[in-house]
Amino acid sequence: MAHRAKSLIGTCDDTGAQNPETSPLCVRGLTVTYGEKPAVFSVDMTVEPGKMTAIIGPNGAGKSTLLKAALGIVVPVSGLTQVFGRPLEAMRSRIAYVPQRASIDWDFPTRVIDVVMMGLYRELGLLGRIRGHHRKVARDCLDRVGMGDFADRQIGQLSGGQQQRVFLARALAQDADLYLLDEPFAGVDAATEKAIITVLKSLREAGKSVVVVHHDLATVTEYFDNVFLINTRKVAEGPVAEAFTPETLQAAYGGRLATAQIDQLAVAQG
Amino acid sequence: MLFDALFLQLGYNATLVSLGAALLGGAAGISGTFLFLRKRALVSDAVSHATLPGVGLAFLVMVFLGGDGRNLAGLLLGSALSAGVGLVCMNWLTRNTRLAEDAAIGAVLSVFFGFGIVLLTVIQTLGMGRQAGLEGFLLGSTAGMLMSDAMIIAGGSALALSVIVLMRRPMMLVAFDPEYAAARGLPVPRIDMLMMGLVMAVTVVGLKIVGLILIVALLIIPSVTARFWTDRADRVVVYAGLSGAVAAYIGAAISASAPNLPTGPIIVLVSFALFALSLLFAPNRGVLAAVLRHQRFQRRVHLRQGLLALAQGHPIYEPLTLRLLRRAGLVRPDGVATDMGRARAAKALRDEKRWELVRSDLAHEAAAALYDGLREIETVLTPDQIREIDRRIGGPQEVLA
Repeated sequence: MAHRAKSLIGTCDDTGAQNPETSPLCVRGLTVTYGEKPAVFSVDMTVEPGKMTAIIGPNGAGKSTLLKAALGIVVPVSGLTQVFGRPLEAMRSRIAYVPQRASIDWDFPTRVIDVVMMGLYRELGLLGRIRGHHRKVARDCLDRVGMGDFADRQIGQLSGGQQQRVFLARALAQDADLYLLDEPFAGVDAATEKAIITVLKSLREAGKSVVVVHHDLATVTEYFDNVFLINTRKVAEGPVAEAFTPETLQAAYGGRLATAQIDQLAVAQG
Repeated sequence: MLFDALFLQLGYNATLVSLGAALLGGAAGISGTFLFLRKRALVSDAVSHATLPGVGLAFLVMVFLGGDGRNLAGLLLGSALSAGVGLVCMNWLTRNTRLAEDAAIGAVLSVFFGFGIVLLTVIQTLGMGRQAGLEGFLLGSTAGMLMSDAMIIAGGSALALSVIVLMRRPMMLVAFDPEYAAARGLPVPRIDMLMMGLVMAVTVVGLKIVGLILIVALLIIPSVTARFWTDRADRVVVYAGLSGAVAAYIGAAISASAPNLPTGPIIVLVSFALFALSLLFAPNRGVLAAVLRHQRFQRRVHLRQGLLALAQGHPIYEPLTLRLLRRAGLVRPDGVATDMGRARAAKALRDEKRWELVRSDLAHEAAAALYDGLREIETVLTPDQIREIDRRIGGPQEVLA
């Protein structure tokens, strides 16, 4: 389903071919404005389970805002979110969110292991003691992103890519079913990009769903199963082969992407 | 006298004040830390100034109802209400207008404080004769403190501390990463309100001792002091509590040891002294440590560059480099390398090559992250790893240090 007639206000039941019960993230009629200017306007999105989906679009197209509004971090003007067929609030524990690295003060007095431990917030509760098995989970998650040796370092001492991997480790500690990542590949080194994509693919192997706000068009076909193109409004949604075409890119990016670039991407896709 | 005061030998009132102040200082230091970590420390300034109209209004209401205008519980209730209104105003301004938080703080602070001063002046001119002591809320006064006053302070501080123990994890999560906290379903605005509410509670119970103008110092300085000593948030909280309690205790004791020493300002000065000591002498983040570290670092850089220059037969022009090499016995006074100098130089060059390999090999990423051009490679790699690297470099296998 690359294109669908869009309704201004729909429900998650009228999703056509995709089964709404199993969609890890279903958004309907989502509108977010900053002041009077819409950042995201009446967007429907249905994430396919067990797939890796990229949200792509030009700068300021509302990619991150879409994710934040779907999670209630930013309060939308209208729209509803369902997670695995149920209201968002009931399903929070099955979602792991990885915010943009720049949203944090990295001079905050905390160590790598403490950040990962925040992923265990729900298990620990308000007063629960941190025990050996909690630390082991946190260390295992650090190992999975190749940061096992950094557990006791101050977060401010890490490089940008290492910081990003710590954030991913925190999300892994939650052991969620739906992973939402906001620009995890922005400004990271090649080693980090490789480590992150390996982890994300292993999540998909384990049947989890992964949604990534992505900016690098060159790696879309290599990394992802599905794409969601947005430029304030939804432009296209579906498998990469159907929705990531010269036409949809032209529609999403307009003049901001040279025709040559678009052709190149289409060639890369084969 | 001071000695007597520190060991609670100065009579009932002074003992009461010292213990009450210590509890208050601890609670203020700890609750202030969360605002400090959330980077909203100045909110406490607005909160404290917003208490003043409440004090005046509560006095008027109590007198009007025929009661004693100076009833502390009544005055504190009034101050809490007006501080609460101030908080709500500030939040509303920040959320619903384009005013940034600093502007909202300035607006609330000045308007509420101005209104409070007007009320106090009016009360004075009304000549009710019973208003004596209201000005004490500005700068704090402990003269004639009653057991019941101390109980209010102790009770309020204990309550604030227990709420903090209960809510420390959500508050810390919000302070570090509010977006992530929101994604996990935490009610971020309400937790922010809780942090400010705690500060408000501490401010209100501290009005009597420290006064509203200086309570800010007790809320902010201890956390800044604590930050010098640790890089872990949980410890910052504990150290801030300790430093706040110690400063308040010593300050109260000093002010009790001599006539006419105001309690609040003395406590703040002691707190500042702890801050100044930390700023200068803290082991990692202190100014002195930073200067020494830089000097040591500079010498090591010079020594290293000197050795590498020796190894490659380059001339050395830097006087400091030469001096350091000479002092270490690595070159003779005429600038020619000694035997030891040649051996060390060869080792330095070898280590450069080793590091080059380590830094280009992803398997050694953690070790490579420690590279600063100076670190001895033996401190980050095992002898086996080094042998493996030497094998890849080739050439002579043993280089003696």
